[in-house]
Amino acid sequence: MKKVFSRPKSLKKAPFHYCAGCGHSILHRIIGEVIDEMNLQEKIVGIPPAGCAVLAYFYFDIDMGEASHGRGAALATGMKRALPDRVVFTYQGDGDIAAIGTAETIHAASRGENISTIFVNNGVYGMTGGQMAPTTILGQHTTTSPGGRKEKRDGFPINLSEMLAVARGSAYIERTAVNSPANILKTKKAIAKAFRVQMEGHGFSLVEVLSPCPTNWKMESVEACKWIDEVMAVHFPLGVLKDTTGDKKDAR
Amino acid sequence: MIEIDSELCKDCKLCISVCPRKLIESSDKMNQKGYYPAIFIEKQLKKEGRKCTGCSLCAIMCPEIAIEVYRA
Amino acid sequence: MRGNHVVAEAAVRAGCRFYFGYPITPQNEIPEYMSDRLSKIEGGVFIQAESEIASIHMVIGASMAGGRAMTSSSGPGISLKQEGISFLSALELPAVIVNMSRGGPGLGNIAPSQSDYFQATRGGGHGDYRTIVLAPNSCQELANLTYAAFDLADKYRTPVVILGDGMLGQMMEPVELPPEVQIKKLPHKDWTLTGAKGRPSRFLRSLILDPFEEEELNWKLMRKYERIIKEEVRWETSFADDAKLMVVAFGIAARIAKGAIKRLQDEGMKVGLIRPISLWPFPYKAIKELTKKVKHFFVFEMNMGQMLEDVKLGLDGNGEVHFYGRPGGIILTPLEVSRVISSYYYQKRLG
Repeated sequence: MKKVFSRPKSLKKAPFHYCAGCGHSILHRIIGEVIDEMNLQEKIVGIPPAGCAVLAYFYFDIDMGEASHGRGAALATGMKRALPDRVVFTYQGDGDIAAIGTAETIHAASRGENISTIFVNNGVYGMTGGQMAPTTILGQHTTTSPGGRKEKRDGFPINLSEMLAVARGSAYIERTAVNSPANILKTKKAIAKAFRVQMEGHGFSLVEVLSPCPTNWKMESVEACKWIDEVMAVHFPLGVLKDTTGDKKDAR
Repeated sequence: MIEIDSELCKDCKLCISVCPRKLIESSDKMNQKGYYPAIFIEKQLKKEGRKCTGCSLCAIMCPEIAIEVYRA
Repeated sequence: MRGNHVVAEAAVRAGCRFYFGYPITPQNEIPEYMSDRLSKIEGGVFIQAESEIASIHMVIGASMAGGRAMTSSSGPGISLKQEGISFLSALELPAVIVNMSRGGPGLGNIAPSQSDYFQATRGGGHGDYRTIVLAPNSCQELANLTYAAFDLADKYRTPVVILGDGMLGQMMEPVELPPEVQIKKLPHKDWTLTGAKGRPSRFLRSLILDPFEEEELNWKLMRKYERIIKEEVRWETSFADDAKLMVVAFGIAARIAKGAIKRLQDEGMKVGLIRPISLWPFPYKAIKELTKKVKHFFVFEMNMGQMLEDVKLGLDGNGEVHFYGRPGGIILTPLEVSRVISSYYYQKRLG
């Protein structure tokens, strides 16, 4: 018997503190796999968000530098300009990137900074208890949208990836999900591609990952994964939103 | 075949939902964290002859990296 | 050379290769100069960021990677940077932040003032921390102190604020510029984020959930600040030997006060000047020392009374303090200031 699946080397041994069925856990693992497969452990620097993944440095065995809430894109810009031959990526939630960090993200993309961003979209502010996020969809219940998000009172959700695709400096933008093995493998490919886009100097890359938050959605994990397919992906369609690289290669 | 680390498992049941051969179910014995972890039941199903093919869908799905997969 | 240009040139000579800023009067010449200067040297990076918030975070990123990084702004922009400055302090990262103060509060005006003293010297942002604050009063000091700021920042792993003002920034004076630093000869930093090659991975973070651990970080910072207080206080005294009245002023106000005091000395009044150059650490001891011979102090600042509080702390009850302040961007002439001082001098029957 040959072992064909095990823990990536670039993840520390610590068990995740994330909730049962949380998308962060899945995402951390596939990022670890990509770092292993692309041999990036010695040349990659990650920037965790403010949010549930704020302690990401306890899981990734790579250099990591904390940014204040929302400012990952600016920090990554300064860092990448100082380390042009290293891979610099930010890992940000929907509040981090599309509420407080919108300006920094749009401008880093417009400037065509060679950084990669992993945008974890679970439609709520998880760490702080489930408040409404910029990507909370109409009708979705959160602790600050009683009765469900209402157009008049709470406004519309933001499709940040579509906005970023318009930015001339963005080279590769794709939206995936981690709610099924097939989607998880697609996400892994997308992340590997984003890092490759950075290393080849094409410009700004971003992978938006629809991620389950069973705790704040008040669902079982299996139900949460279904909800992503049936409801969330309708408002945030999966697929490639921009690709200026013209290549047809995949992760392998 | 697969090995599930029951102390890492948080009983999210995602592996159970993706196994194409239905070879995983929830245990009735609690782990240290208070979860009823997933267990691999291929042995119990010897009579039916349902066998794991090592497709790894469970391991790919598992958030806790609690599953290791072996193939012949 | 113009003050703002001096700041930029001295920074580059000190090894600054990363400048991230945003336009705001009266310091626009700094980003403009940097955009040209840094484009002409190897490894020079200039970004006009989308906001003062973005630029301070770019500084944090470059500093984490081991670079000498700087940003500049004026009052409202420095307010925006406060979270970043708190982070720099907590993460123990070197950085230089230049504030060419203007009238405030709010949008204020573009005339020079000194109303950012509290903001600069009391940390400015959230949490228990201090930054080194240096207050130049001439173009030459803009050069010397900006140059020194980078070494201080690296030595103590702390942000350093250069507290100037609109007038210093626009002034043109002859300057002797310091020599160019050789970046490769700068001491190696063993804590930077560069990719974990040939060493275990490391992380830089300020989130410390355990209160006992967080307390320990605070004490660590305090011990560092104690070392800075011991080693880095800077001040200058003039005409102190037989003074009956000591004027206390910093920055451009001290320049004006010196002019006023020269007039008064010519008229036979015994007025001296103590000019704090490091506003943090503040020269409390030097002020207390003066009370052995002088009982009257005259604080002159272009604000509503900020350094005044530190002077009172330094005096520790020994000595009478009179305050004369003009906020809002008003620049007095030495003649006007001399009249106010002399009127107080005679009021107190010091002559």
